[in-house]
Amino acid sequence: MKPPHGGKLVYRVDEKKDIDGISVIEINEDVAKDIENIAYGIFSPLEGFMCKSDFENVLEHMRLENDVAWTIPIVFDIENKIREGEEVLLKAKSGTTAIFEVEEVYKYDKKEYAEKVFKTTDIAHPGVKRVMEMKDKLAGGKITLVKEGKEKFEKYYLKPYETRILFKEKGWKDIVAFQTRNVPHIGHEYVQKTALTFADGIFINPIIGKKKKGDFKDEVILRSYEALIENYYLKNRAVMSILRTTMRYAGPKEAIFHAIIRKNFGCTHFIVGRDHAGVGNYYGPYEAHDIFNEFPDLGITPLFFRSFFFCKKCGGVVNEKICPHGKEHHIYYSGTAIRKMIMNGETPPETMMRKEVANIIMSYENPFID
Amino acid sequence: MTEKEGKGKYTTVSIPTPLAEKIKRRIEGTGFNSISSYVTYVLRELLASMEEEEEEVFSKEDEEKIKERLRALGYLD
Repeated sequence: MKPPHGGKLVYRVDEKKDIDGISVIEINEDVAKDIENIAYGIFSPLEGFMCKSDFENVLEHMRLENDVAWTIPIVFDIENKIREGEEVLLKAKSGTTAIFEVEEVYKYDKKEYAEKVFKTTDIAHPGVKRVMEMKDKLAGGKITLVKEGKEKFEKYYLKPYETRILFKEKGWKDIVAFQTRNVPHIGHEYVQKTALTFADGIFINPIIGKKKKGDFKDEVILRSYEALIENYYLKNRAVMSILRTTMRYAGPKEAIFHAIIRKNFGCTHFIVGRDHAGVGNYYGPYEAHDIFNEFPDLGITPLFFRSFFFCKKCGGVVNEKICPHGKEHHIYYSGTAIRKMIMNGETPPETMMRKEVANIIMSYENPFID
Repeated sequence: MTEKEGKGKYTTVSIPTPLAEKIKRRIEGTGFNSISSYVTYVLRELLASMEEEEEEVFSKEDEEKIKERLRALGYLD
């Protein structure tokens, strides 16, 4: 199996560690998720929150200080309570508890952070807004997870050391990862199955965590995928597990970040669709494809997909590379249109969405985040 | 492919002048903005292609425990 990013799978968990007397700092659930992702090697090779040199390198060169590709800062913003050289206990309401060895406390420029990562300083961009609301200093240093937080969807919370063994046991060598934050429509299914045709298995990895208003609720996404997999996938060809992290909406840079994460889970290929991790019109529809040209050493192969659509003349699901007919013959799988239908209480037609999936979504009074 | 040599650490590596000239011609009209950015790209690609397979990191006992959990969760038969 391919090695994790940076060569070694990080595992920074010690449930027996003595934490008596260490001063406690409360953290929010976003930070808690980052901590668990670091501790379980999902963010390998990171062993903690970024110190200044890594943070600046990521902004400037999309690489850690040691030249390993990395595009999204993983940082911990703090108030003045934390000092360099001390150990503090970070605790979240969900139960996540970790020791943080504070190596460095440093100032940063929020505008520069936003501009370099999101290519905009527009506060209407949810990622920019989040950065602008951060505290004024960052603290870097290693973390050790002492206690895992509660997870509502525990069954689906697999760690890289588990998926790597799982893939090996299934005899999968070529594993394609599919990132999602949406319920599946027919277009998604075709993308996945087209990729799966050339691989041994597909790893469906929905993002569970803070998203924006109007996105589907986590439970709806998971249950709709359960219905899709149960009814339309071979049991031994598809695995679903969650990725607990916050969507940054950093478009192309987040696409690289998402690919790295899936590499750590043991995947060899990563599907990149249209406007991956984008929001509004901040990124070009295929900018997230182009950025991969800058990373010859990523260690996971991107599979670029343009949208699938239904062609009435072809009589099936096609894409622009294989269908010679004009747009008047096409029916597009628009997530926005499907969302609108559901909001109006209309069940999406079977030409757009599997009935088992649609039934799950329609069974919710409100399937969207308020 | 636009490696900015602003912040960050860099070092100088000598290559034969004719090779540098060849690279200069090779990168004309491409996204590479300097010989350095091209050489960096090629070397990163080469080193990544030489990455070795992952070594076994778990003991047999640990691996068995993980498989048990995967079976309990329904991921393995």
